[in-house]
Amino acid sequence: MSSTTVTAERVEQVVYQALESFGADPAEFSREATFEQLDVDSLDLAELSQIAEEEFGVPLKGDDVKGIRTVGDAIDLIVSRA
Amino acid sequence: MTRPDDAVILVTGGSRGIGAACARALAGDGWAVALTYRTSPEGAAQTVRDIEDAGGRATAIELDVTDAGGIAGAVEAVGTTLGGPVLGLVNNAGVRADDLAVSIEDDAWDIVLDTNLTAAFRLTRQALRGMVRARFGRVVNVASVVGPRANAGQANYAAAKSGLIGFTRTAATEVARRGVTINAVAPGFIRTDMTADILQNGAIDAIPARRAGEPDEVAACVRFLASDDAGYVTGTTLFVDGGLSA
Repeated sequence: MSSTTVTAERVEQVVYQALESFGADPAEFSREATFEQLDVDSLDLAELSQIAEEEFGVPLKGDDVKGIRTVGDAIDLIVSRA
Repeated sequence: MTRPDDAVILVTGGSRGIGAACARALAGDGWAVALTYRTSPEGAAQTVRDIEDAGGRATAIELDVTDAGGIAGAVEAVGTTLGGPVLGLVNNAGVRADDLAVSIEDDAWDIVLDTNLTAAFRLTRQALRGMVRARFGRVVNVASVVGPRANAGQANYAAAKSGLIGFTRTAATEVARRGVTINAVAPGFIRTDMTADILQNGAIDAIPARRAGEPDEVAACVRFLASDDAGYVTGTTLFVDGGLSA
């Protein structure tokens, strides 16, 4: 997928949908929310990486997601790679 | 979560022996079965015919499980061919290259570890992607009583199969909450081409049941572990060995 079709809003939407499917509480969603606060663990992040790859063609490896702490970190990482 | 009606299960080394028996048993339980073969297209075709004659769905695909590059394509291809998601995996393909540890050549070590352990890891890694997303999956690794139990002359095989059991236990805990189970069976001496020489050497006397097992007896356990009934069974190893390890 070309970068021109990937908007930050679209990434944000996909990330929030994914987090909700992992069981995180949408009432707590924000860019500043940490994955720890949302009870999102390493398996969830692995699945989020897979979703990002399928939706946006962005391959994220384990080392890429190890450094991210907040929802905003994840969104920014995906947008920067798309 | 229960198994979707169109779910596909991939059985490696499905052209003969335990793999072919697993393929037939799983098809009988409602899975669409994709079996892989490396050296026996005739055996694979016969297994597919057996399944289809019994009213099941199956396809065969040539795959060297040690070919890391071919694994992703194979998993995708069988799902497309059979028209459903690959939500089951039986890592059965295996080889032996027996010798005393003091004499095992590097090549004999590598091929046994690559085929029996590394290939199972790579296939599981690939298949888990779809299973985790689907919130349902069944992986059954065909280990061996050799590993948990010593068998002189098979240090490479024992290392691979022990490794497979360790992999099973840990990987199972990582994906359990996604409805994905990962278990192992540990066959003892089963009457197949691969064990013909061993069984001729008096191995039966050491088995409490005083007989070799049949491939169908292993397949029945694999079928159970892959079933909805076994949804709360994960990370375990089911010994199918006539009491050998008891």
